[in-house]
Order: sequence, then structure tokens, then C-alpha cells
Amino acid sequence: WKFLPSPQRNSGALLAGRPVNVRDALNQAMDEELERDERVFLLGEEVAQYDGAYKVSRGLWKKYGDKRIIDTPITEMGFAGIAVGAAFAGLRPICEFMTWNFSMQAIDQVINSAAKTYYMSAGAQPVPIVFRGPNGSSAGVAAQHSQCFAAWYGHCPGLKVVSPWNSEDARGLLKAAIRDDNPVVFLENELMYGVPFDLSEDVLQKDFVVPIGKAKVERRGTHITLVSHSRCVGFCLDAASVLAKEGVECEVVNLRTIRPLDVDTIEASVMKTGHLVTVEGGWPQYGVGAEICARVMEGPAFNYLDAPAVRVTGVDIPMPYAKILEDHSVPQIKDIIFSVKKVLNM
Amino acid sequence: CVDQLLEVSYVLSQGCSLHPFSLFGSVLLTCPTAGLASMVASSRSYADFTPEKVDLHRLEEGPPLTATLTREEGLKYYRTMQTIRRMELKADQLYKQKIIRGFCHLYDGQEACAVGIEGGITLSDHLITAYRAHGYTLTRGGTVREIMAELTGRRGGIAKGKGGSMHMYTKNFYGGNGIVGAQVPLGAGVALACKYLGNDQLCVSLYGDGAANQGQIFETYNMSSLWKLPIIFICENNQYGMGTSVERSSASTEYYKRGDYIPGLRVDGMDVLCVREATKFAADHCRSGKGPILMELQTYRYHGHSMSDPGVSYRTREEIQEVRSKSDPISMLKDRMLSNNMASIEELKEIDIAVRKEIEDAAQFATTDPEPPLDDLCSHIFANDQPFEVRGATPWTKLTSTS
Repeated sequence: WKFLPSPQRNSGALLAGRPVNVRDALNQAMDEELERDERVFLLGEEVAQYDGAYKVSRGLWKKYGDKRIIDTPITEMGFAGIAVGAAFAGLRPICEFMTWNFSMQAIDQVINSAAKTYYMSAGAQPVPIVFRGPNGSSAGVAAQHSQCFAAWYGHCPGLKVVSPWNSEDARGLLKAAIRDDNPVVFLENELMYGVPFDLSEDVLQKDFVVPIGKAKVERRGTHITLVSHSRCVGFCLDAASVLAKEGVECEVVNLRTIRPLDVDTIEASVMKTGHLVTVEGGWPQYGVGAEICARVMEGPAFNYLDAPAVRVTGVDIPMPYAKILEDHSVPQIKDIIFSVKKVLNM
Repeated sequence: CVDQLLEVSYVLSQGCSLHPFSLFGSVLLTCPTAGLASMVASSRSYADFTPEKVDLHRLEEGPPLTATLTREEGLKYYRTMQTIRRMELKADQLYKQKIIRGFCHLYDGQEACAVGIEGGITLSDHLITAYRAHGYTLTRGGTVREIMAELTGRRGGIAKGKGGSMHMYTKNFYGGNGIVGAQVPLGAGVALACKYLGNDQLCVSLYGDGAANQGQIFETYNMSSLWKLPIIFICENNQYGMGTSVERSSASTEYYKRGDYIPGLRVDGMDVLCVREATKFAADHCRSGKGPILMELQTYRYHGHSMSDPGVSYRTREEIQEVRSKSDPISMLKDRMLSNNMASIEELKEIDIAVRKEIEDAAQFATTDPEPPLDDLCSHIFANDQPFEVRGATPWTKLTSTS
């Protein structure tokens, strides 16, 4: 993949071959789904007249109006509950959390009211809702605004949890999430919003969806498997480029979905390469990487490992503010390269 | 305190012609078809547990002070309340025999609320409540059989044994919710859908005096008012949140005023007619597009908070006994119907017998129906999805989930 400067900042018509940044991909996906199904609506703080705190919903209020793009007061528990209730009664809400940090105010509604209801009702009450917003670390926003919730929500049955990396992921997974009749936790990344990617003709089709629960191999390799999600996928690809110069070919797996985890793709890759490093932005304890390693231990791929699987993660501390400290709190490309070499005994 | 006279007129609906009634005195007619004494007008003042009145907050006028009860309605309310009463007492019995396990929050004493509310709305309206939900599951269309079988955790249960006491659902009834207060914003979301879809329906969102202090309820008051959602907030004030009396939990115990800018009313929740009239009034308010309204029903539960609470460490047996003898909702309705010749003692006894039989049959079913099949363990995780594998207790136990 190549980093190309984005020629235009506003979401105009998307043409095949022109780079589309993640923000615009999300915007376009929501626009198309709002148009496709009248029951879809968006609510959250600043989503309407402000055009979205991060401009992801830019232009939607102008187009769809107050009924379908709803600015809420700063009351997450209340409006998340309202969103779930609307889903009970047959609408298809997109509930935005300005960042996933604020979802902690509302987490009871996500887990106990949304995730568990289809089960508790023995199939009588589906909950077709999407919760979305930026997740994980940003730049200089400090401890209370930088947490990754992939492991928290990935823990819970009844939820689907997705974590797109690039614009194709963002577009396809958001469409899939909105069309899914179940609660989907959609973990975006603020630092990816402005990053452009080329989108092919196929991807720009109105019915393009990325299936939830399927990982994608972004780069084929033979020596070692790197499994990652969200922004860290980019770092893995960067690390792979550097390592290639030293003759190490990394296979990079983009999870795309945290739950359900695509164990088959991971296992197939590990059985080919015999080595595994997971890379994530979240904290190490009880995290996404821990789950991947446990699954590999318990399955057929274990017998193909030539070395223990290891995890590259965020540092196990609250996020500091000063730039030098923040830079050293998140996994860097050099950490990935270092770990690969350790695992390969280089 | 002012005792207001409540004029109650009873109209026989069996095909007799209507006669004008007067405020005082009685008029008696015999109706050839029914053979029973018929239309009576009487006036009565109530000076017992809760004086007959309506307290209003930010409302110029409240529900009418006259309520018309037809014989048919009276018998229906009697039967439904009696069914709830006996069903809850049977659940008590089964719980003590350890056939029902876990949480069991019984509704006996509060029957007039569920029945009165349903009398003021229709089944195409929506309702959501907290965990003391068996009565509402019934009034919202569930059967005693499937409710009891859910309590005993059998496959014939209304949630196939997957939900239990606190998680029963029917059409337009969203449970049954275990987390105190969470059901209130959910109800507002249902109301939002009603407004969005333009179907003239409304949502009744219930909570107790204990839940009334929850922050998310105030968040919901705010958004419901801002967006003029068709929601009726109803606080079932049974005086105790678990073991904490209202005086010990709430700086303000005037729950009907707690909505602040939301108009409110408070009525006697032990009187099924009061509840019904208040609900009708509230429903009209919502359907006319005025937005939310808040009702407080003053009621009482005979049982403790749940089956694990004897219910006497924080209140006196005398208090419970006094409410039972002076304000029991079923007795109140029965007395009213008998003293106005709307039904005979024998007739009501027949209903009692029929209800008893229904409960016995249901209990029989609930104790003999088999438990859910193990195949069902992992089903109903996702709607409209392909079957998928679920990890069991060990890595070798691979289970399947179907929608």
C-alpha cells in the first residue's frame, strides 16, 4: 500500500482510483446505508450540526435532517439506552460514542441491554444496532482519552466487534455492520481518519460489504506471521518492508474483526510460517494478543510453531501526555522488527 | 387533607338501556336479560389507606373524577388480578420447594397497577418494566403456563428457559429487565421509534421508587422532553427499594414531581379504576403530541423484595397486615362490585375456582415439562446468522450456535 496525499478534503463523489481517506469512506458508507433503508438513523454528540466531532458525519444532517441525524445531550448512558430501545422496536440505529472512552458511561446498555437480549429472549428480540466511534490512542490526548476497548468488548458473547484498518475495511465493515441484525461494536481509529487509500471499482459499489468475522492477509510471507488490527496493521506492513531487505518475509494478517476471531486464517498462516507475533495498541494483560496466542496453543497450529508466540502491545501504563513519553507508550515499528528477530532467533 | 368525593357510576353493559344518574342516591332497575340488579349510581368517599385524590404537578387538570366500570370490565379486571395473585403465590410455593431457583420478585399486592395500566392503553402500545415483571408478562399477552414454565426453567417457558424470572418478553413487551433503571431509557427508545414511524403508539416505561434516583432516568426525562417522545413514565412506588424505605433513599419522595419540567400526577395504585383513568389521561396527553408525562402509583408489595427477603426486618408485620385488610386491590374491586350488585358472590367464587384450576394446571405443566435440550445451550446468540462454532468449557468441546 502507498501513502498518497489526499487531493481533496471534502467528501464529494468517490471515483474509482482516486484515493479516499478513512473518514470519507465511513461517511460515504453511512450516507449510502441511510439512503438504502429508512429505518437507519444516526445519533450521538455533535453528529448533526457540528458535522461530527471528527467530521465523520459531515453533510449528513444537511441531507437527511433532524429526524435521522440526531444531536444528543452529553448523556451517554441515556442515549445509548434510547438507541437500544429504538432497535428493540424495529429501527436500525447507529449510536456514536465521541470516543470509545465515553462508552464506559454506557457500557451496561451495550452489554446487558444490547448484547444479551437475543439470548435471554430465546430469539424473540433481535437488536440491530451499531455502536461506533474512535478507539485507542490518539495524539496528546492523555490517559482518559486513549484507551483501547477491543479486549473489553471482544470478551462478550452476543456482540460482534470489528476494527477496520484502511478505507476498504472501513467502508465494507460499516456497511456490513449496519446491515447486520445484531449489535456491532465498531472500533475506528482517529489517527487513521485522514489517511487516504485507493479504492477499486468493486469496493465503491453500493452493496460492497466486508464480511464480519473474516481476516485478510494483507501481505504474503513465509518466515513469520504478524497478526494485527486497526492502525497497527500499517506498522506491521512498514516493519515487513524493512525486514524484507534483510531477507525476512513476513505474512501480515489484518484481523478486521475482533469477535468472532478468524482463527482459521491465523492458524493457516502459522502452520505455513511456524512463527507468530501479534501486534496491538491495547494493553497486554488479558488482551487481543493474549487471546490469539491461547487459541493457537489450543489448536492444530501449535505443533507447527518453532518458537513461542509473542505479543507486541501498548505499554502497561495509563497514557502519558508528553510526546516523548507517549511515543514510548505505543508499539513502534522498531518494536515489531525487534520482536520478529527475537522470535526468528536472528 | 381533603377527601374528595368520587362519583362512581356503574353501567350494566348487558343490553339494558342507559339511564341518567345522579350524584347522590341510588337508582335500581331490574334488567330482564341478565336477571341481576343493574344500573346503580352511588357516591362514596374513601378515607382509608390512600385518600381518593389525584395529585397534580404542572397540570391544570387531571383525569376525570368519575370512572365508569362496566360489569364486563369489572369481571375481567377481577379475574386478571386474581390470576396474578394466585400465580405469584404459587411461585412462592414452588420457590420454597426449590423448584424455582435464583431470583424471584413477586408482585402480589400491586396487581391493580398492571391491570389498570393495561386498561388505559392497548396491546399495540408498548411497555417495559424492571424485574418485578410476572404480572406485566401476563397482562401483555403471556399465559400463566409459559410464565410458570419459565420460572421453573423448562423448554415450554416463554423464553424457552433461557431467560428466567427477569427476562420474559411478549409482543410489544420488552421485559423484564435486571439492571435497575436501565429499562427507562430503553422505553424512551421504543417511544422514539413510535414517533419516528408515525404510528400513534406510545411506550409505558415503569420503574420503582428505588430506581427513581437513577441518573439515567433523569437523562431520559431530558431527552424525552426535548424530543417530545410519546412516553408515559410510571413510578410504582411500593414504599421500599429492597429494604430501604423511601424516606431513607430519597431527598424528595414526591416521585411524580421528580420529572421537574415534565407534568406529573400521583394516584392510588391499589385502586384499579384510579390507575386506569390516570393511564387513559396520560395516554391522551402523549398521543396529542405533548410529549412525556409522569405517573406515580402508590402501591404496596406483600412479599419482601425477592424470595430471599422475608420482608420484615425493615417494616412491621402490622403495616403489611393493615394494607392487606384495608387496601387490598382485589378486595377493593370485589367489594365495589358486590355492593353495587354488579356480580354475585357465587359468580366471583366461580372465577376464583377457575383461576385456581388454571394455576394448578400451569404449575403441573411447569413442573413436568422437560428442561431445555442441551442443543439449545448456544443458540440465540445472533439473529439471522449462519450457524457457528462456540467454544465450550474445554478446547475440545466444540458447540454450535444457531439463530
